[in-house]
Amino acid sequence: MKAIEVLRARTVVLPGSNIDTDQIIPARFLTTTTREGLGRSLFADWRYDGQGALLPDFVLNRPEAQGCRVLVAGRNFGCGSSREHAPWALLDYGIQAVISTEIADIFRSNSLKNGFLPVVVDETTSSWLIANPGAEVTIDVASTTLTLPTGVSVKFPLEAFSRYCLLNGVDELGFLLDRRGDIEAYEQRRHS
Amino acid sequence: MAPAPQTMLEKVWRLHEVSSETADTPAVLYIDLHLIHEVTSPQAFAVLRERGLPVRRTDLTLATMDHSTPTRTEQIFGGAPITIDSAAKQVRELEINCAQFGVELLGLRHSQRGIVHIIGPELGITQPGKTVVCGDSHTSTHGALGALAFGIGTTEVGHVLATQCLLQRKPRTFALSVSGRLRPGVTAKDLILAIIGKIGVGGGTGHVIEYRGETIRGLDMDERMTVCNMSIEAGARAGMIAPDETTYEYLAGRPRAPQGDAWERAVEEWRKLPTDAGAVFDRQVDMDASVLEPMITYGTNPGMVIPISAAIPTRDNDAVFAKSLAYMGLEAGAPIKDQPVNVVFLGSCTNGRISDLRSAASVLRGRKVAKGVQMLVIPGSQQVKKEAEAEGLDRVFIDAGAEWRESGCSMCLGMNGDLVPKGQYSVSTSNRNFEGRQGVGARTLLASPLTAAASAVRGRVTDPRELLV
Ligand code: SF4
Repeated sequence: MKAIEVLRARTVVLPGSNIDTDQIIPARFLTTTTREGLGRSLFADWRYDGQGALLPDFVLNRPEAQGCRVLVAGRNFGCGSSREHAPWALLDYGIQAVISTEIADIFRSNSLKNGFLPVVVDETTSSWLIANPGAEVTIDVASTTLTLPTGVSVKFPLEAFSRYCLLNGVDELGFLLDRRGDIEAYEQRRHS
Repeated sequence: MAPAPQTMLEKVWRLHEVSSETADTPAVLYIDLHLIHEVTSPQAFAVLRERGLPVRRTDLTLATMDHSTPTRTEQIFGGAPITIDSAAKQVRELEINCAQFGVELLGLRHSQRGIVHIIGPELGITQPGKTVVCGDSHTSTHGALGALAFGIGTTEVGHVLATQCLLQRKPRTFALSVSGRLRPGVTAKDLILAIIGKIGVGGGTGHVIEYRGETIRGLDMDERMTVCNMSIEAGARAGMIAPDETTYEYLAGRPRAPQGDAWERAVEEWRKLPTDAGAVFDRQVDMDASVLEPMITYGTNPGMVIPISAAIPTRDNDAVFAKSLAYMGLEAGAPIKDQPVNVVFLGSCTNGRISDLRSAASVLRGRKVAKGVQMLVIPGSQQVKKEAEAEGLDRVFIDAGAEWRESGCSMCLGMNGDLVPKGQYSVSTSNRNFEGRQGVGARTLLASPLTAAASAVRGRVTDPRELLV
C-alpha cells in the first residue's frame, strides 16, 4: 500500500443513499481472479446502456466529472456484499476517497486496507458538498480534517491504527506476521 | 467482588483475544473457523504466493464453491462445461489453490458441497463460542449457533490464511428483544424483514445484534439462521443468538461436532456463553412479533418493506425513493398484493434449508405453479437436496411445475447463469433486492418461502394465509 498524507481533489456527487456494493460493481464482474482492470466495471449498470455505450447523463460520464478523485455520496454508502472488488474498482477508476454521513462497516474496513479514504462528515458538511459538485476539497490524513474551498474545516473519524497505516503505507499483514510469537503462545494457552 | 456481568459478545471476544486493543492498536483476534469460497479468495492466495507464506492452520480452514457454480445437474455431474468461462476459471483456481496450500475443499461434485453458510452449521463445524469468518457478508448466519461470525474482505481473507488472526476493534452491542408469538403463516423471514424495516438498513452499523426474548427462544435452528443471516441487511456485521437446548439438539451427532466425552465438555463450556443477567448493551430495541403479518419488499433495499396487505408508501420530494420505485415499475400508494409475478426463486443462504423447502412444499402440494411463471427451487446444499428427495419434496416441486436443481447461490445473485430477465418481477426468498442483484434490470420482491410459493401458485403477489387452510 502506498503512503497517503493529503488528498487534494475535486468532487463528483452521487447523492443517493444506501448505494450498495452491487451497484458499485455488479456480481457478474466478480468472476475474476485478479484485482486489476475493475475500473471498467465501476457502476456498470448506471454508466453504460444495454449495448455497453456510456450514458452521457450519468454523473461520472459528464465532462466536468473527469479527473474528480473524491466521490460525495448519500448515507450508508457501500452497504451490502463484502466484496473488496468495490474499493478496488473505485481506485482503479481513479477515485480515492468517498465522503458520506455514514459508511457501511465492511466497505470501510476494505477501503482502509487499500488506501481508499472513507470520510464520514456531519449533515451540514454533506449537504454543502452535495449542493456544490466539483468543489476542490482537501483531505488531510495526518490531522484527520476535511477542508472545503470555503475554508471551513471539519474533523473526520479515523482510528489511530488506520491513520498510522495510511500515513506510513504499512499493510496490516506485516504487522500481524510480526505477532507470530503472541499467536503461538495463544494457541498453546488454548490447547493446554 | 463478583465479576461484572458480560454480554455474550464480550465473552466470545475475550476468549479470542491474542492481545487486547489499546488506544493505538486494535485487538489481535484469533479465528477458529475460516470458510473460503471461489469468488473472494483468489486474490488472497495470490498474496500468500507473492510473499511465500503457507496457510497457518489448514485444519481450521474449509473451502467450498457456491457463488459462480452452475445449478444444472448436467454441468455438475454430467460433464457439460460451465458456460461462463471466467466462472469456470474461478472454480479451477480454487481447486488449484486448495491443492497447493493443503486446504480441504468440498468441491463441485462433493456430497457435502453447498452454500458456505448452509454447510457450516449442517456439518456441525460451526459451534457456539467460535469465531467464524468468511469472505462473505452473510457469514452473520453462523451467529444463530452462538458463534461470533462476520464477513470480511479479501485482504482480511489473506490475513486469516497467513496468521489465523484479524486486527479488530470490538463492535458495540445491540440487544434486539422479541416477544409474542408469530401468527400462523408468519415466519422467521417475515420477522427479520420487519426488524430491518424498523431499524433501517444502516440501523445496526458498528454493532453486533444479539437477538433475544421468548420469540427467539421458540425458533428452531433453521429459523434462527434466517434471522441472523439478514443482520447484515440491517447494517450489523454479525447477529448472535444464545445457545440453548435447541442448539445442542441440532448439533449433536453432526459429522464435525465433538463426540463422546468431548461433546459433554463442549456443552459445559457452551452453557457459560449466554449474556449474564444485568449485562448492559449499547443499544436496545424491543419488538412485538404477535402483530406481524407476512412481509414483502417493494423497493431496492431490504428496508423498503411492508406488510403484504399494505399499500406502497408515498414519500413526496424524495428523489431517491422515486428512482427506486421507477426501477421497480411500482407506484406509490398502490397495493403490493396482486402484483403480477414472472419468476419465483426459492433458495439461498437465507431460506434454502430443509424446513424452508418443507414450508414451500406445504403450499405447493397438489397445486400448480401458475402459467407463465418460472419457479426455481435450489436446495442450499447437496445434503439438503438429498434430505428433500428422501422426503419426496422434489416430487412436490416438480409436479407443481417448478425446476429442481443442484445446490448453490443460483438466482440470489447474477453471476452463475441463473438470472431474472430484465424488467421481470421475481418473488425471491433471498436477502437482497438491490438493483440488478438477480440480473440486469431484474425487479426483486423479497419474501418468505410461504409467500413465494403462494405467489407462484397464483402468479401474483399472494398472502400465503389465503392458501393455508
Ligand atoms: S446465497 Fe446469496 S447471499 Fe447467500 S452466500 Fe450465496 S450469494 Fe451470498
